[in-house]
Amino acid sequence: MHSALQALGVQAQHIEVVWRTMLWVCGVMYVLVIAFLIFAVSRHRRASDSVEPQNDSSQVRRMSIALGSWIGLMTIGLFGLALTSFLTDRALVHAADTPQVTLKITAHQWWWQVEYTDPDPSRRVRTANEIHLPAGAPVHLELASDDVIHSFWVPNLHGKRDMIPGRPAQFRLQPLRAGLYRGQCAEFCGLQHAHMALDVIVESPQDFAAWYERQLANPPAVTEARATRGHEVFMTSACNLCHAIAGTDASASVGPDLSHFAGRRTIAAGTLPNDPDNLRRWLENPQRVKPGNRMPVVTLERDDIDALVAYLGTLR
Amino acid sequence: MSVRDPSLDGEWLDEATTHARLEKTWSAAPGLWGWLTTLDHKRIGVRYIVTAFVFFALAGLLAFVMRLQLARAENHLVGPDLYNQLFTMHGSTMMFLFAVPIMEAIAVYLVPLMVGTRAIAFPRLLAFSYWIYLFGGMMLWIAFLLNVGPDAGWFAYTPLSGPQYSPGKRVDIWAQMITYTELSGIAVAICVIGTILKQRAPGMALNRMPLFVWAMLVMSFMVLFAMPSVMIASTFLIMDRLVGTHFYNPAEGGDSLLWQHLFWFFGHPEVYIIFIPALGMVSSIVATFARRPVFAYPLMVLALLATGLFAFGLWVHHMFATGLPRLGNSFYTAASMVISIPTGIQIFSWIATMWLGRPRFTTPLLFVVGFIVVFVVGGLTGVMLASVPLDLQLHDTYFVVGHFHYVLIGGAVFPLLGAVYYWFPKVTGRLLDERLGKLNFWLLFVGFNITFLPMHYLGLAGMPRRIYTYSAGLGWDGLNLLETGGAVLIALSMLLLAFNVVKSARGGAMAGANPWNADTLEWATPSPPPTFNFNHIPLATGSHPLWDAERLQVMRGLKLDERELVLTSVLDARPDLREPSVPPSIWPLLAAIAVGTMFLTSIFTPWAVVVGMVPIAITLTAWFWPKGRPEEEGER
Repeated sequence: MHSALQALGVQAQHIEVVWRTMLWVCGVMYVLVIAFLIFAVSRHRRASDSVEPQNDSSQVRRMSIALGSWIGLMTIGLFGLALTSFLTDRALVHAADTPQVTLKITAHQWWWQVEYTDPDPSRRVRTANEIHLPAGAPVHLELASDDVIHSFWVPNLHGKRDMIPGRPAQFRLQPLRAGLYRGQCAEFCGLQHAHMALDVIVESPQDFAAWYERQLANPPAVTEARATRGHEVFMTSACNLCHAIAGTDASASVGPDLSHFAGRRTIAAGTLPNDPDNLRRWLENPQRVKPGNRMPVVTLERDDIDALVAYLGTLR
Repeated sequence: MSVRDPSLDGEWLDEATTHARLEKTWSAAPGLWGWLTTLDHKRIGVRYIVTAFVFFALAGLLAFVMRLQLARAENHLVGPDLYNQLFTMHGSTMMFLFAVPIMEAIAVYLVPLMVGTRAIAFPRLLAFSYWIYLFGGMMLWIAFLLNVGPDAGWFAYTPLSGPQYSPGKRVDIWAQMITYTELSGIAVAICVIGTILKQRAPGMALNRMPLFVWAMLVMSFMVLFAMPSVMIASTFLIMDRLVGTHFYNPAEGGDSLLWQHLFWFFGHPEVYIIFIPALGMVSSIVATFARRPVFAYPLMVLALLATGLFAFGLWVHHMFATGLPRLGNSFYTAASMVISIPTGIQIFSWIATMWLGRPRFTTPLLFVVGFIVVFVVGGLTGVMLASVPLDLQLHDTYFVVGHFHYVLIGGAVFPLLGAVYYWFPKVTGRLLDERLGKLNFWLLFVGFNITFLPMHYLGLAGMPRRIYTYSAGLGWDGLNLLETGGAVLIALSMLLLAFNVVKSARGGAMAGANPWNADTLEWATPSPPPTFNFNHIPLATGSHPLWDAERLQVMRGLKLDERELVLTSVLDARPDLREPSVPPSIWPLLAAIAVGTMFLTSIFTPWAVVVGMVPIAITLTAWFWPKGRPEEEGER
């Protein structure tokens, strides 16, 4: 789900009130202007051209009164809108005051690095391009950027917040219902700005806790032959120079962490659905799927690509 | 005039003799030399207008390619690299090479006529400004054709536009194009301000000045205050990129938000720099075709001034999502909402003028009615964007794309096309075809709304700006295809306009001096006007010189065989001085070549700035070399 018109977070609902108020007040104003215009125009279509008095002072006086009323009406309307906006802004400050989950999101060209923070280092979780949140719980986000300006935006849950290098930002969310929400980078950030999406999976607190425990565990050891070959390829070709997989020697943090890759919905920040065919397409030539992205073309044998696909498929 | 001085314009001379002698004094040299050296504000104005419309067509073409790319999901017509260049070039060309120059160009052409003077103030500076503008625009477009077109957006946010993330020359080209066009914009603003404040016809006190001239005055002052900001911003950017400064580099103590402040401190007034002249055009057209002065003139003037002032207090509403202090943001919300009051007053007054008058629905007035219907939508969505919380949802989505096209096309292009239909007969002596004009209007009106209205919904449905493609499952395809269909209609309407202009310029009905029975002074002289504008300097005996009296009163006594103007006092326009106007000169062109070369080569080496100063100094010295005339030597 990806729309500002279905507000399913506390913050988005506050904003939706402003939207509705604006739509009504501005709608009425527009109708008034257009009605006045239509009357002004049609008046003369009916009246004959020459008999009209040129300078009817009583008409001008009435028009001056109308202008005064119009200025008054605009002022009242704008004051009401400004007040609505101001009060909503205050409400947003105080919404989600007591966060239960804290995570740090770092934007990169063109993917999202996600880290769940915890006082206990062994309970920290690192993932990419996908965040899981418990329904109903206030969430605290630390937003940062590693390169250029990006903007974090999940329209169903809240408005956007720019991620500016050198200026870490705080942001609060409180999703209300379980569901799958889509986020997308909203600040132009270069070649693949179009393919920088984020999945937000809001689930029941139990499901969230179960997911969290799975993320804490290392992925299962590989047993099947092809997957074992895939593991070898991963560790001996270029893959492990950029990516990390928990429980293995691969620990680089240039690209997305792949520890639980098979559990994610999409490849390359929402570019493709995560299935073996798409993964094969991606590994064969990431530059064809997402031109300009930072993953280089690594030339591999067909068999090795199949093996890699099998191995990545075990990372649950 | 008791003494018969044969060198002066006097009652004893017949009109034909006066005309012939003025013609001899003011006309440029024949042929190419005259073309390169002329200082006639009408020729330079037309040159500006034609150039700006060429850039308009080119940028429109880019928009059309973007619409084709977005017509369906996962389209592969253009790739991300080209698409980023397309929208950067579209925005930069429309804003810097079309919108501001065309408004200034129309001021250059019309203001001297409308205030009743023979020439624009500082004509050599005007000539210089045109060449600089032309060189800047050509540099940008030649670079684009060589695949060195800028690709960081027309707003070029750092650090994306900085040395690390935009290597190569693309952004340098962009930043230097800004320097060219803003330099030329400031130069024109100075010419327009000088003309309006010191060269108005005797009697045209400020409180009698046409609203069009007021609008151009406000616009010019805004240019003076806004453009330096972006020139500084782009110069800092160039320095970051070329000589290793760190104005925008947070790692070295710079700040990328500095760019945003400097850019939007220019960028928001920029919108009003484009919009306010259009308001002036609307006032002229409404008064003429309602056959009545615009309702509530003093309030209209105050509204223009207030808009010009408030426009400098809104820039942060482009930055609500950056996380600036909330109390500050609330101030900018209030300011952004307040600015809609003066605009609301003006909209009311124009409708009231139509109500009180006897409107004739010619093509120009039709464009004005279309302007009100379209622009008010943009104004109201602007009020929505002024709200901090709502802006957090709408910012950088297609809602904003829809909004500002309603403001800029609705608020500026509709009045501009109305102005083209209205003043074309003054410039060419022939009327544009009315039937084609009405068809032109309706095609544009329908096509425009089909293209841009659905964008508001798409933005709310989550479609961000500046994406070269989108996935099929998001439900954005249908409306995007519809929008592309609307763009076809817009393209057709523009082709129709071009056809109408070409056809009518050759065979349109002859216009005569005042085909619309309008009230302002540009209609007091033949169409097209002679090089010296008026046989005799007109007197403004009222606010509507051509309506107030049966016969226009004139002033005599200026020299016929030398270029001479009458300067008047700033407030009351009382005759003050007789001032010579400079003769044609090649030096503005040569100075522009020297300055342009320095700007261009400075992209490649900072030493170009040092070496380039030499030809600039030479050309400027020659430009300003005293001619040894008695006035200048103090031997009067």
